[in-house]
Amino acid sequence: MFWQGNVACAEAAVKAGCRFFAGYPITPASEIAERMAQILPEVHGIFMQMEDEIAAINAIIGASWAGAKSMTATSGPGFSLMQEGIGYAFMTETPCVIVVVQRLGPATGQASKGGQGNFMQARWGTHGDYSAIVLSPNSAQEMFDLTVEAFNLSEKYRTPVILLADELSAHIVEPVKIPERIVVVDRRKARDHSEPFFGSSDPKGIPPMPEVGEGLNILVTGSTHDEWGYRYTSDPDVHRKLVTRIYWKIEGNVRDIADYEADIDEKAKVGIVSYGCSSRTVYEAIDRLRGRGIRVSHLRFRTLWPFPDWIVEELAEKVNVILVPELSLGQFCREVERAAHGKARIISITKIGGGEMITPKEIIEVVERI
Amino acid sequence: MRIEIRICGLGGQGIILAGEILGLAAVLDGKYAVQMRSYGSEARGSTCKSDVIISDKIIRYPIIENCDILVSMSQPSLNKYIDSLKPSGILIIDEDLVKNIPRKRIEKIYGLKATRIAEEKYRRIMANMIMLGYMTGKTGIVSIEKLREAIKRRRVKMAEINIKALEEGVKLSKLKV
Repeated sequence: MFWQGNVACAEAAVKAGCRFFAGYPITPASEIAERMAQILPEVHGIFMQMEDEIAAINAIIGASWAGAKSMTATSGPGFSLMQEGIGYAFMTETPCVIVVVQRLGPATGQASKGGQGNFMQARWGTHGDYSAIVLSPNSAQEMFDLTVEAFNLSEKYRTPVILLADELSAHIVEPVKIPERIVVVDRRKARDHSEPFFGSSDPKGIPPMPEVGEGLNILVTGSTHDEWGYRYTSDPDVHRKLVTRIYWKIEGNVRDIADYEADIDEKAKVGIVSYGCSSRTVYEAIDRLRGRGIRVSHLRFRTLWPFPDWIVEELAEKVNVILVPELSLGQFCREVERAAHGKARIISITKIGGGEMITPKEIIEVVERI
Repeated sequence: MRIEIRICGLGGQGIILAGEILGLAAVLDGKYAVQMRSYGSEARGSTCKSDVIISDKIIRYPIIENCDILVSMSQPSLNKYIDSLKPSGILIIDEDLVKNIPRKRIEKIYGLKATRIAEEKYRRIMANMIMLGYMTGKTGIVSIEKLREAIKRRRVKMAEINIKALEEGVKLSKLKV
């Protein structure tokens, strides 16, 4: 297939079992909704164009409780509007997929131009303590592969998953191979009252999810609730138990969730850590550097959150310097620096504006100056 | 082999579609290709570009720094992107829409009145296909047969007339060398 990233994302969603999409068009994510509107009816799915992004996120949460795998797609301004609903999805442990195609902000910013300024928002966007799974593709192929993965993780961990794309991976048109066999994970469904819907004796446990309309008398609330969904708005223990479990069911499984590409030269003294569109520049910079006999290692994260600290630390132990190129003013670098625990010097390479990418030359120049 | 083609113009001229068709034709030819776009916030009228890279190897870096072929269908877009053309590059313009070439040293310049021909014989919106056919005729970077197939596969509306416009461009490219 010669597909645009956004098209690959929509096609993958349907293959992963998505049967409900609600959204509001916004560049550079609109083609996802456009494609979903075309292909969902073919599989008896439902596409709804909503009045805004607040309605969109609430619609997909509702659809998920009605038993459907659901998705929305947006960009920065829409993602900001969705935050209240996303918090509700974390608190009620509602599986759903939110695709965010990053553009330049804050506010309306430069609507059609690419950036990577939502890295922190994707993790910390809504209030309170929780942990988020955030995946980031760097090609049309990964828009396909990671959309499937986003649904699978969402179903497995009963949590919203954010696919943090960017203008490059969303709008690039390139060959996409549909895997012969696509592994699809479905949520563990509650059939009766033998196990609570919102609690577990395991502090990292993932409770089974009931479906509305099947007579199981479900209470769903964004307020603190006990294991059967009853509100407890002041009991400290109920809150602690619920929120620490919601946090640890993700953070405690970071090694299962982590997905990354490692191109490690054991003798290299320079490392580069990247994600998303910037990684494609790094590929070229590394080819040119190695062509000149300069040894470099590269880590590229597909999973951004929970942040795979130990992988960065292992790299930091091998190299003297780590370069962190990104299209934001150091959001990603801040996390790399934290994870490196002072074991390597960190150099931030940033660029924002007009959708301009960091060039291979700019990375090479920094390497030459080390 | 890595050929970088930049097609630029104004939003609404079918610039991005032309790039997609070209990229798809290259893939159908058995090559690797990527297409990248850049456009403004406006629905129509802002400068936009469609970058296509064709290679016999997998394309890990999809950004054009200096293109081999620049196709321009508007003066403002040419002004913006002329410096990205390699010294040895080929410039192809719509002569009615681009009057001034703000650079002295250009190896090869080809022009035709694609939009006027499209208005007279086909539809104004099909000027992009005439340009695409003309560019392909001049450079031979993909086969005409695969371009035809790409137009059909991409489910372009009124594919048959678009293919005629494409063929018109190819014909004109041979007349004028």
